[in-house]
Amino acid sequence: MKDILEILVNDARTTPEEIAKLTGQKAADVKKQIKKYEDGGTIVQYKAIINPEMIEGNQNLVRALIEVSITPQKDVGFDHIAARIYNFSEVKSCYLVSGSYDLLLVVEGNSIQTVAEFVSSKLSSMENVRQTSTHFLLKKYKEDGKVFKSAPRQKRLNITY
Amino acid sequence: MQVAKLVEELPPSGIRAFFDLVLGMKDVISLGVGEPDFVTPWNVREHAIYSLEQGYTSYTSNKGLPELRKDIAKFLKWRRGLEYDWDNEMLITVGVSEAMDLVFRAILNPGEKVLVHEPCFVAYAPLVKLAGGEPVAVITTAEEHFKVTPRKLEQAYTKGVKAMILNYPCNPTGTSYTRQELLGIARFAKKHDLLVISDEVYDELSYDFEHTPLASLPGMKERVIYLNGFSKAYAMTGFRLGWAAGPAKILAAMTKIHQYTIMCAPITSQMAAREAMRNGAKDVQAMVREYNRRRNFIVASLNELGLTCHMPQGAFYAFPSIKGLGISSLDFAKELLEREKVALVPGNAFGSQCSDHIRISYASSYDNLREAVARIKKYMEWRRGKK
Repeated sequence: MKDILEILVNDARTTPEEIAKLTGQKAADVKKQIKKYEDGGTIVQYKAIINPEMIEGNQNLVRALIEVSITPQKDVGFDHIAARIYNFSEVKSCYLVSGSYDLLLVVEGNSIQTVAEFVSSKLSSMENVRQTSTHFLLKKYKEDGKVFKSAPRQKRLNITY
Repeated sequence: MQVAKLVEELPPSGIRAFFDLVLGMKDVISLGVGEPDFVTPWNVREHAIYSLEQGYTSYTSNKGLPELRKDIAKFLKWRRGLEYDWDNEMLITVGVSEAMDLVFRAILNPGEKVLVHEPCFVAYAPLVKLAGGEPVAVITTAEEHFKVTPRKLEQAYTKGVKAMILNYPCNPTGTSYTRQELLGIARFAKKHDLLVISDEVYDELSYDFEHTPLASLPGMKERVIYLNGFSKAYAMTGFRLGWAAGPAKILAAMTKIHQYTIMCAPITSQMAAREAMRNGAKDVQAMVREYNRRRNFIVASLNELGLTCHMPQGAFYAFPSIKGLGISSLDFAKELLEREKVALVPGNAFGSQCSDHIRISYASSYDNLREAVARIKKYMEWRRGKK
C-alpha cells in the first residue's frame, strides 16, 4: 500500500503536515495527493472504529451474520434482489459469496427480537429469498485487523544498549 | 575475594548508574531501547509453541539444527549472492553477542590488536580485552556521518593489528555503507592481511540502498567472519539467536569454544528461527516501512530542535549532536529524564569521543515519538534559558 494510505488507515487523524514529516515529502504535495485519493474514491470515508458494547445504553445491541440463499433473476442476476436487501438500514454489510449460499449479511438490532422480526417479516418473506440461516454473534475477538481485548504485552526494559 | 584484574578494569562506570536511574523510574517515555518495539510475528511464535507441543526439547547438534543452517545457507545464496558450506562454515549462536565473543577468543593471542571503530556497540572493546587482545580505536566523526573510511583506518593502523570490526548499519549511529564505500574498506583489509569481523545484524533495516554483505566482495569471503542474527529483522531479541559464517578453520575453532561453554543454542529458538527464515519476509518488509517513516519523522524533528543529526541509513537509531548546549551527554540525559521523563542513552556509552552526542532509538510507536519530541523541545527551551 502507498505510504500515505497506510498511515491514514492506521490513524485517520494524522495531519498532512505530520504525514509529510513521516514520508519526507512537502505538506502541500501530501495534501494534493490526499485530495486526489478522496476525489478518485480511493479514500471513501474517515470514520472511527468503536466498540459498541462500551457505549452506555447500548449493551443490548446484537449483531447477526445471516446466510441468504436467493433465486437469481433473469438479466439482473443477484444484483437486483441484493439491492432490495442491503437498502434496509438494519443491514450493515452485504456480500455476494461463493459456496452453499449466496448473500452474507451483517445485521444489527437493539435486541434479538428486533433482528428476528427483521428476518421473518422483511427478509424471509421476500419472493426470491429461498432460505436464511441466522447466526447471532456471541463475542467479538477481532474486527478489521484490530484485536478488541488482547493479553497485556511484556514490557521492554526502558533502556538497553 | 578478589575478582580478576582484567574484569575489574572493564567499564560500566557512570553509565551503569544512569541506567539504574532509568530502570527505577515510572511513566518514562523511552527512546533508549536497543530492540524492536514490535512483538515477534505470530507465525514465528506459533511455530515455537508447536515445536514444544511436538516435544522438541532436547539438545541440538553443537553447530545448530542442520535444517536451520541449510535454510540460512540457501537465503545467503539466493538473497545475498554468497555461498557457504552449511556444515563446515556456519555456526548457530546465542545471539550475535556470543558469536562476537567466540571470534575473539578463537583468533586472538595475548596482546594482538583489533581495530574497533568508535562510536560503536558497547561490547566490542570489552570482548577483545577479555580474549586477551588489545582494542585500537578508529575514531569516526560527525562531519563524515561517523563513517569508517580507508583514511581513518590507515591513521589508526599500527603494528600488531590482526583484525578489525565493522558494524553496519551501525548501533548507535545508523550509518551504513554503499558497495563502493565497502570496496575501499576491503582494499585496506587485504593490503594489511586483516580478518574482518562484520556485524551485520541490522542488515534488513536498510532504508536508502540495498545492503551489501562485506563477504560478498571479491576476495573477502576468506577473511570475513560474517555475523548476523534474528533479533532485529524478525523482532526476536528474547529468543537470543544469531549465527556466524566464515572460513572453516575459524568456524571450527569457534565451534570448539561454543561446545564447551554453551553446548548449543536453545532448540525452541532454533525452531522459531526456521519459521522466520521460511515465512518472515512479509513481516520484515512491513516493519521496515514503518521504521523508515519514524526515521524521517525523528530526524526532521531533531534538526528542527537544533539537535543536528545526519540521516541514518539503517538500524533504528539517530545520533544527534548536543554541541552548543554546554553540557555533557550524560548530564543532558539525566536532566531530560528528571525534568521530562524521557530516557535516551548518552553518547559516551559508545565511545570516549562521543560525549557531544546522544543515541535516540526510534523503535517506539509514533505517538510515543511525537510526545517525546514535544518533551525534548520543552527541556531544550529550559536548558537554553538557563545558559
